[in-house]
Amino acid sequence: MELAATIIVDGLIYAGWLFIVSVGLTLVFGVLNILNIAHGSLYAIGAYAGATMVGAYYSIGGEAFPWGSYVALILAAVLVALIVGPILERGLLRFFYGRDEVLNVLVTYAVFLMLEDIMKLIWGVNPYFVYEPYVLLGDVEIGPLFYVGYDFAVIGAAVVTGLAVWLTINRTRTGKLVLAVIHDPEISRAMGINVPRIYLGAFMAGVFLAALGGALTAPMISVTPGLGANVIIVAFAVVIIGGLGSIEGAAIGALMVGLARAASVHMLPEAELFIIYLVMAGVLLFRPEGLFAKVQARKI
Amino acid sequence: MSPMILTAAALAACTVLAAGAVLLPDWAMFLVTMALAKGLVSLGIVGMMRGGLVSFGQGLFYCLGAYMAAMVTNVFGVADIVLISVVAMLATGAAGAALGPLLATYRGIFFAMLSLALSMVLYGTFAKMSSIGGTDGLTVLTPTFLGWAPEGLALQTALYAFTGFVTVVAGVLMRIYFNSERGLITLAIRANELRVEYLGASVRNAMAWNYLFGAMLGGLGGAIAAMSLGHVDPEFAFWTTSGEFVFVAILAGYLSVPAVFLAAIILELVRSFSNLYFPNTWQIFLGAFLLAVIFLLPRGLGSLIERKRTGDKE
Amino acid sequence: MSIPILTATGVNKSFGAITAAENVSVSVPEGAIFSLIGTNGAGKTTFVNMVTGYITPDSGSIKLRDREITGIGPRGITRLGIHRSFQIAQLCNDLTVEENMLVALAINAKEPPSFFGSGRSSAARKRARETLERFQIERYANMLIPELSGGVKKLLDIAMAMAGDTEIMLLDEPTSGVAADEKFPLMDLVIGVLREKGVTVLFVEHDMDVVTRYSERVLAFYAGRIIADDAPDEVLSDADVRRYVTGAPA
Repeated sequence: MELAATIIVDGLIYAGWLFIVSVGLTLVFGVLNILNIAHGSLYAIGAYAGATMVGAYYSIGGEAFPWGSYVALILAAVLVALIVGPILERGLLRFFYGRDEVLNVLVTYAVFLMLEDIMKLIWGVNPYFVYEPYVLLGDVEIGPLFYVGYDFAVIGAAVVTGLAVWLTINRTRTGKLVLAVIHDPEISRAMGINVPRIYLGAFMAGVFLAALGGALTAPMISVTPGLGANVIIVAFAVVIIGGLGSIEGAAIGALMVGLARAASVHMLPEAELFIIYLVMAGVLLFRPEGLFAKVQARKI
Repeated sequence: MSPMILTAAALAACTVLAAGAVLLPDWAMFLVTMALAKGLVSLGIVGMMRGGLVSFGQGLFYCLGAYMAAMVTNVFGVADIVLISVVAMLATGAAGAALGPLLATYRGIFFAMLSLALSMVLYGTFAKMSSIGGTDGLTVLTPTFLGWAPEGLALQTALYAFTGFVTVVAGVLMRIYFNSERGLITLAIRANELRVEYLGASVRNAMAWNYLFGAMLGGLGGAIAAMSLGHVDPEFAFWTTSGEFVFVAILAGYLSVPAVFLAAIILELVRSFSNLYFPNTWQIFLGAFLLAVIFLLPRGLGSLIERKRTGDKE
Repeated sequence: MSIPILTATGVNKSFGAITAAENVSVSVPEGAIFSLIGTNGAGKTTFVNMVTGYITPDSGSIKLRDREITGIGPRGITRLGIHRSFQIAQLCNDLTVEENMLVALAINAKEPPSFFGSGRSSAARKRARETLERFQIERYANMLIPELSGGVKKLLDIAMAMAGDTEIMLLDEPTSGVAADEKFPLMDLVIGVLREKGVTVLFVEHDMDVVTRYSERVLAFYAGRIIADDAPDEVLSDADVRRYVTGAPA
């Protein structure tokens, strides 16, 4: 019983993190039809930027108001979205709209390669530690176990993020425009929707969400090169399971993967590194396009 | 391509490689050996690309072949490179035959991601198995060549010669296969698989065969790489390793077999040179290079080497 | 009295709220030439897709002579001798006309396709050119698909579908996308070749001149139902057909 509770709590914590990290990836695919391998790099940039911002914040006397470090983290993600988003979208990706999906994967793979080294150029190869925001929320006691409060805050952040994205798409005017573009960019254009602006906005939102994932994670880990390469495959698994382009799918996928991972860690540690991909392979066997995939139109 | 032209091309390749054995310093021979071994894996990817599928998980077979080499030398003490190559190909062939029919039902992104997932499963499995070295991996004994156990420069040259020979044979066989009826049907699948089904052929069957050949080539490349490096580790199955094989395949394109090995050699040269002088920036160049190829040479280097069959048009 | 070569009995198919086929029953004698007419969305192409295995009916049965073929996929249907052409010609754009034909022939040859025997052997190319010649497109043999006119693409589409033993040929809008003055020559050629081989033909058409000139019997579709099944003159003067299909004045 205790084991089950531990697995559920661990699973939820991991699922929350997974959702924040993956929702941007599925959003970008849904709108732009691009599976962005560089999403992991954007996550890493967010982590580095977050670490840098928090470091800067504390160096200008932030200890006086430690909660400001959280603002610093979120601000870091915003800055990454504002700077990197337009460069990538206007500078490169817009030439590949409507092209073959696998070709677009290769393009973003090239971006991934470049960003890995660009990060090394900007932030060097030594690890960054910013533990202060992590310990700020103290510990939470559940039964005999102690959890770090920050981990639960991440779950909260995941819920807030998910609701925000869902509400924006389904309840705002902009969201309706985005839905129109998702279904048919050409008709949307014909109806007067500024499709390039929607694409840019959606991509920047994706960058923000990736960077947010990284920034929120920075206090939990040591930020080092190679973060991106490890995160992207996990994010892939989640969005493929959930169905490319589906926000709800990303949530369900995150839950499935989170719980599977937690179960594996506690019950079958040898499987920890690959259980995610087994779940993904398993889902694809029964639902070849993921759980909540887009409906395909008739070809002939 | 007539048998005469193919034979001439094979002989030309052998001559160039033989010249290399005489002229190249040992570090260059090692580089070419590794490049050709990896080129074999990329050749398998090209075989699948001709049918419209890009596998992001050939590291699975590369790693499997490499570990087979390590196991045979560590468990049986046998280091004969011919035997090990055959064993590796049989093992990866079995895996490819089992997985191919399953994976061949997927297309596009899903095939790419599923193949990636399977290689990551292998990575995760091997990384956690301390009995086979975990993340440290295993050492591989020095290869012997049908009884002959060379050392030093002779060893390097023997490895180079063996790899060169295997490469030419594999290249010729794949070229013949690409020119066959099944090879032509594969190209048709890439263009319009619905039509091919409606003509009465099984797309799944065709792609499963391409996957099988890719698996065997991957295992062969992995085994040779293992014996050249003297070491294997789970990173062979990590997705970034698979990414490099895809890089070479894209650079080469699917029109020409020699282009694959040329591209592999180019990549190894760039990697060695950059590691020496630009260890933290060479991937920027690599990524930019890939983008340039995608923009300017969408059919890869092969489109420069082989003119399109009808006229000079792209 | 031989059994009909193709029989559909009580076939139904819905896509959500859309009824694409409602109690469709058809009986096609061997060697006949049928045409299928109806507005867009009336269910003609759905019928063709169900006969050729692209879609499975919700209920009902489709038979090739006395053999149940409901639910068999496109590959199996083709192997049984039921072939089709497409509304938008389905060709392999990266290959030449000759190569497209070579692929079709290689797949439908008596022996399975080779692993090492050349796909472009002189014997195979000769056979390919013979088929192309029968459809009068041999002169385009070395051209790539995007360079061809609509009519030539349609002819190649049909030529490829003729590879192997064809018992029934379903032509989906064979003259759409073809210039007005080329429609009759194209149909003369195609129906001529098919007749010569004793193939049973069903073709979907919007052009009533083509319908009256080439078909012995017309099936009129509306909202998934067959509203008329008779000789062309009878069908085209039918009041319902006028109302729901041709729009001709009463």
